[in-house]
Amino acid sequence: MDLGSILQYLVSGLTVGSTYGLTALGFTIIFNATRVINFAQGEFVMLGGMLAVFFAGALNLGVFPAVLLAVSCTTLVGVCMERLTIRPVQGANVVNIIIITIGVSIFIRGVVMLFLGKDTFSLPPFFGTEALEFFGAMIIPQSIWILLITMLVLVGLRTYFNKTIFGKAMLACSFEQKAAHLVGISVDRMIMLSFAISALVGSIGGVILTPITLTSYDVGIMLGLKGFAACILGGLGNPFGAAAGGLIIGVLESFGAGFISSAYKDAFAFIILLVILFVKPSGIFGRADIERV
Amino acid sequence: MGGKQNIISLAVFIVVAAGFPWILPSEYYISILILSGITAIAVVGLNLLLGFAGQISLGHAAFFGISAYTSAILTTNYGFPVLAGIICGIFLSAIVAFLIGMPALKLKALSLAMATLGFGLIVYIFMNETITLTGGPSGFVGIPRFNIMGYDFYSDLAYYYLVASSLTVVIIISLNLINSRAGRALKAIHSSENAARVMGINVHRYKLFVFVLSAVFAALAGGLYAHYLSFVAPSAFGFHASLQLIVMAILGGMSSVWGGVIGALFLTSMPEFLRIYEELETILYGLILILCMMFMPQGLAGGLGKLAGYVSGKLFRRGLK
Amino acid sequence: MNKDAALLKCSDIYVRFGGVMALSGVSFQAEKNSISALIGPNGAGKTTLLNVITGMISQSEGSIEFKSRDLSSIAAHIRSQEGMIRTFQNLEVFAHMSVLENVMTGAHNRYKYTVLDSILKTPKYFARERQCRDAALEKLKFVGLEKERDLPALDLPYGKQRLLELARAICGDPALILLDEPAAGLNSRETRTLGEVIAAIRQDFGITVVLVEHDMELVMSISDQITVLNFGQVIAKGTPRDIQNNPEVIEAYLGSDD
Repeated sequence: MDLGSILQYLVSGLTVGSTYGLTALGFTIIFNATRVINFAQGEFVMLGGMLAVFFAGALNLGVFPAVLLAVSCTTLVGVCMERLTIRPVQGANVVNIIIITIGVSIFIRGVVMLFLGKDTFSLPPFFGTEALEFFGAMIIPQSIWILLITMLVLVGLRTYFNKTIFGKAMLACSFEQKAAHLVGISVDRMIMLSFAISALVGSIGGVILTPITLTSYDVGIMLGLKGFAACILGGLGNPFGAAAGGLIIGVLESFGAGFISSAYKDAFAFIILLVILFVKPSGIFGRADIERV
Repeated sequence: MGGKQNIISLAVFIVVAAGFPWILPSEYYISILILSGITAIAVVGLNLLLGFAGQISLGHAAFFGISAYTSAILTTNYGFPVLAGIICGIFLSAIVAFLIGMPALKLKALSLAMATLGFGLIVYIFMNETITLTGGPSGFVGIPRFNIMGYDFYSDLAYYYLVASSLTVVIIISLNLINSRAGRALKAIHSSENAARVMGINVHRYKLFVFVLSAVFAALAGGLYAHYLSFVAPSAFGFHASLQLIVMAILGGMSSVWGGVIGALFLTSMPEFLRIYEELETILYGLILILCMMFMPQGLAGGLGKLAGYVSGKLFRRGLK
Repeated sequence: MNKDAALLKCSDIYVRFGGVMALSGVSFQAEKNSISALIGPNGAGKTTLLNVITGMISQSEGSIEFKSRDLSSIAAHIRSQEGMIRTFQNLEVFAHMSVLENVMTGAHNRYKYTVLDSILKTPKYFARERQCRDAALEKLKFVGLEKERDLPALDLPYGKQRLLELARAICGDPALILLDEPAAGLNSRETRTLGEVIAAIRQDFGITVVLVEHDMELVMSISDQITVLNFGQVIAKGTPRDIQNNPEVIEAYLGSDD
């Protein structure tokens, strides 16, 4: 076990973990607004990658316009999902809404499969292909892009929630919907916004990873599950805990694959997750709720 | 309470189940019914956990799979009699359920969902990777058909009756359980764990009990599945399968045992009917799921119940006139 | 056990939530077959004390003795089996059951049979269920809810849900019941009925009652002993008359002049 390979696994773990983290962020934003776990979150991530591939290839756009277009289309899908399937059943049982999101995820997967096919696609790297050597580890430029963009998204969201009136209104909704409503915040609009932001963040996560890991219509399932795991690991409801949870799962997985067995890399991440849950049920960064009796 | 109603429902179910094969146009539909019945056994069990005790499991297909593989391996590689294989499979699933439920059931709602989900995925990955034992992703073949004391259930009709009677037993057990002290304890836990504790109910023990029981039902279904298809592959026991079971329980209607049966029948047979639309199958499946949940929040059992109430209300009023 | 020993005895209870001291050195006891009230301004620690006694939260220090047995670190459901049952400030009726089933659940440990008995519907199952049902019906009649027995519990109006919780609590045949603000949200007529029911619970069933309550008229009319808490400490103990004239208590409730 030398420094070079440790570094190598760390970087590749952080790279994949960034996408998990962004997926987890999406889960958290919707959860905070609605108390619902959106099982279509993984499909937002898949859509980001698949649409970018489609726009770059079929429409012959460059990588950047294709990426921008893919991200905006996915955001629109998020908004449509909220308007068509979530708002009409407002106030329904949370379990029912979760099943609806499962239906939406199957539907989106079906549509993508129908129009874009079952093949695996790749996207050219955003900028530069020459790997850099760093203390014995080979780092491809795309990894740096992924980390940079993820940081940017995190900083952007933090500013949004702390500095803008919309962000603060969304935070208010997540603490106490009724009170938010009473001070004149349109809860409906905030929920729609939460779907839009989740889809936006998720699709960014999907699109930045595609040049490294390839994509197909069904990658959303596993990415969604890892994202969900990251949320729980970070302490559900805490957006930045979720992002950190994603990075942790990515790194665990990468080290598991490197030092133990690549076949069991997914199992490795989940076993650690179970151990953490059993030892600290509220997640690494979560606070234990004090239940009022 | 409700005892008379249960007996009537049960009688209707037995008559319908016994008569079903005779009104079907072809053998092919019997195999769909068999698979629906097998799935229903698992879903009724899951519904005890989810609908009555209010505890979620997103990894239930793992118990189905552990038992299917255990029985398949023991009977095919080690010459166990089929019945012994299935019993071993059920036993192993119950032990695993006990060990995983012990820590997991202390968790609340979504953490419990994650823990069971993680457990299911781990089992799924092992099924894929322990190739010498399970045959890996391409599956395990050559499993003997169910037989008991020299009688082989070779015809689909015979197998159908085997599955239908197993399902009936599972339903009876579930109905009797719900209308008892233990059933009330489970429902109490669903409403308020604190209040249940105050009534002297050992909350953790009851949760563990119903978790293991539902795993046992899933395991029974797994055994019947393996010895019907004579082939098992991990893809039938992954996350998607666990999710299917949950969806069936909820779509069918969580507040009754019959909901699980209806949900399993509906969702197992629907893809067969959607198959003619080929490429559109997945899209339609998703769409039907969304619409059902949006417009029938009580599930199919609730929806049918309402319909029956409406119809009998109309007839009754007309009768008065 | 000598005759006038306290049924429940809490000594020097401390509870800390993070940096906040919710209870600091509270001692409290309830004599057998008495009605003892715990009063005090909001946030004084009354419900916390109830939670500690019933095992919903654990104390940092101090001991709880019940029927002369130390229960300090025993799980909540076992304390209930030992004979102490409580009700809740925010109603916790079992939503997925009928009124009758709610009360039957209260007798969970009184009429026991195994799961196998229920699955096989053995004679024991029928016998015990009948006993349980009769006991539950008797308690429903006692609180005046026998007509509503088959309704879903959540369909009952608020005041009747309170009575349902009482019926459920006494159906387990406890030695002690602890009532957490049973009159909260009731009108004055309902409160009077409640007072009669509580008095009758002691009279007819010989159950000792501990009462946390804000309604002073109710407290003064039925309690034998009153303990006053303020900021997590006991500031007075005595009969209703003692308490009414205690300057410290008046100050805690109305604030001091300076």
